[in-house]
Amino acid sequence: MEMRSYIIRRLLLLIPVLLGIIFLIFTILQLFDPVQRAALYVRDPKQLRSVQSIIEKYHLNDPVYVQFYYWITEVLQGNLGYSKSINMPVADALFYFLPATIELFIFAVPITIFIGIRLGVISAVNRDKPVDHVTRSLAIAGYSLPTFWLGLMLLMIFYGFFTGLFPPERLSTSVDAFVNSTAFIRYTRINTLDAILNGQLWVLMDALKHLVLPVATLTVVNIAFVMRIARSSMLEALGKGYIMAARAKGLDQKTVINKHARKNAMIPIITVAGYLVAGLLAGAVITETVFNYKGLGWWSVNAAIQLDIPAVLGFVLFIGTVVVITNLIVDLLYAYIDPRVRLG
Amino acid sequence: MKRQTRWQRFKTNIQPRIKELKFSLRRIRGSPLSIVGIAIILFFAIIAILAPVLAPPEYPDKPYRIPRDGFSPTPRPPSEKHQFGTTEGQFDIYYGVIWGTRTAFTVALMVVGATVVIGIILGSIAGYYGGIIDEIIMRITDIFFAFPHLILAMAFVTAFGASLDSVMKALILVWWPSYARLIRAEVLTVREEDYVEAAKSIGSSDFRIIVKHVLPNSIYPILVMASLDMGAVVLVAAALSFLGLGAPVGYADWGQMASFSRNWIVGPPGEPLAYWYTVVIPGLFIFFFVLGWNLLGDAFRDILDPKLRRR
Repeated sequence: MEMRSYIIRRLLLLIPVLLGIIFLIFTILQLFDPVQRAALYVRDPKQLRSVQSIIEKYHLNDPVYVQFYYWITEVLQGNLGYSKSINMPVADALFYFLPATIELFIFAVPITIFIGIRLGVISAVNRDKPVDHVTRSLAIAGYSLPTFWLGLMLLMIFYGFFTGLFPPERLSTSVDAFVNSTAFIRYTRINTLDAILNGQLWVLMDALKHLVLPVATLTVVNIAFVMRIARSSMLEALGKGYIMAARAKGLDQKTVINKHARKNAMIPIITVAGYLVAGLLAGAVITETVFNYKGLGWWSVNAAIQLDIPAVLGFVLFIGTVVVITNLIVDLLYAYIDPRVRLG
Repeated sequence: MKRQTRWQRFKTNIQPRIKELKFSLRRIRGSPLSIVGIAIILFFAIIAILAPVLAPPEYPDKPYRIPRDGFSPTPRPPSEKHQFGTTEGQFDIYYGVIWGTRTAFTVALMVVGATVVIGIILGSIAGYYGGIIDEIIMRITDIFFAFPHLILAMAFVTAFGASLDSVMKALILVWWPSYARLIRAEVLTVREEDYVEAAKSIGSSDFRIIVKHVLPNSIYPILVMASLDMGAVVLVAAALSFLGLGAPVGYADWGQMASFSRNWIVGPPGEPLAYWYTVVIPGLFIFFFVLGWNLLGDAFRDILDPKLRRR
């Protein structure tokens, strides 16, 4: 029962934040001149020739509140404008590029969380011992690394020095041609998943080969982040009374750590999942650009360079929504696991 | 006579602070990581200060313009004339990274300085007065927290037009909410302390209470965060420049130097690492600069926090 009222309260809190995001994006939009903004209202490339008529139709020279009304009606109808950098409506482009980014996340998220927590726990259990110092130093070095530089270095070594071992982009040219032919059904546009569904092992191998370096680049910085949180959370759990009680009962170190401390230490880690997703999204923008991996991040950077404003703002709106919804899920999960949160 | 009493009062007032500072310095000396961090930062500071000596500018009125030696696209390896080689377009890498150090310090100090000031103003207003003002300021920070710094900054830079000034403006716009929140939380914890109550009861103004009592007691967390952010800001600024949204072509900037290497990751057949210097050198500068601030910030966190350190 309390859970339901908590969910309702939390959903209501979502509304002002989403409205705020929309206001913020509208504010950024006002920084552009009317001709540039006109592209936001285009549904069909032919309209691009008659920009003046769009400016009149959507009142782009009128006061801000009038403009806001016309803009928000379009956005609520799902029309985010036309992305001239790839000749596609922004809403379509989001769906077109999303699977590639999801594919990156399918691999990056579990690896980041698993290794991050592992290292954090090892570090905490061996507090102030050499293992702890080494893992902590590595973590500091990890989040001091510029993501783009790590990507370039990995390419230099694993694509250049070991010629063609782990190539950039999403697929090799020949495989790409096959994937786009009629012999291959693209169920999800997530290459690895489609390859399995089509039963084409060699496509799967090629896709995996192309994923190694981007996933490695994306995870390193974020592993360092998770490791830090896991370490401090584990240290806190190890200092609790029930750990002393478990030790006093004569339980061995392994049981105390795995059964008692780690489970309780995991709860606070869930709360930073929102930050992790935000970090991974920012990392994806850089990683996809470095590896010419055509996903959402690659598209947004390309759009920003070509001043494709609808694309950039559509992307920002999408990211904001994703992060807000992630935070909502995190909060609900947290409340579900830990009753103190929803009752407090 | 009066002057002397004032001096004496000053002396008694300052004594505990000096003692505290000495204690902090002793703790810093005992922590090898913070020493390494300080050494790295000092090293970069010296490079930045001595830039005109280390790399005399070719155009004295525009020292941030990297001199070019021809226009050939192929990078050239380190030589007598170009200590670190040249990038594509024959920009001198040595000159670029030396003056790029100044760029990095400028960006970091401007952005962190401005966001700390904005954060102190908005955070102390929100925390000290509470109520509706607090609610409004905090809901605005919520909106900014829905975006990764890099992605929102990207949108602002696109709106302002790609340049280093735009990068700094955009970073200030996306970064201030963290300080506003931190300072608000600090103000909330000290607001109810007895010494604030005492100051109120003798009729101190709100401004005096905030400046004299609240802020000095929340300075350490701000210092820790500012130190970590000096590195983080440079990382995001470098990423924006790398993506082509930052400094104009030929401006001494580490992120842009790294972006020049993108077409030269793999050398000609037979010598795949032929152009290593275009990739490795600018990246190392960014990495060590950020590492220095992170080491310092991390050590500060353990050392400076008065609640943790005397345990």
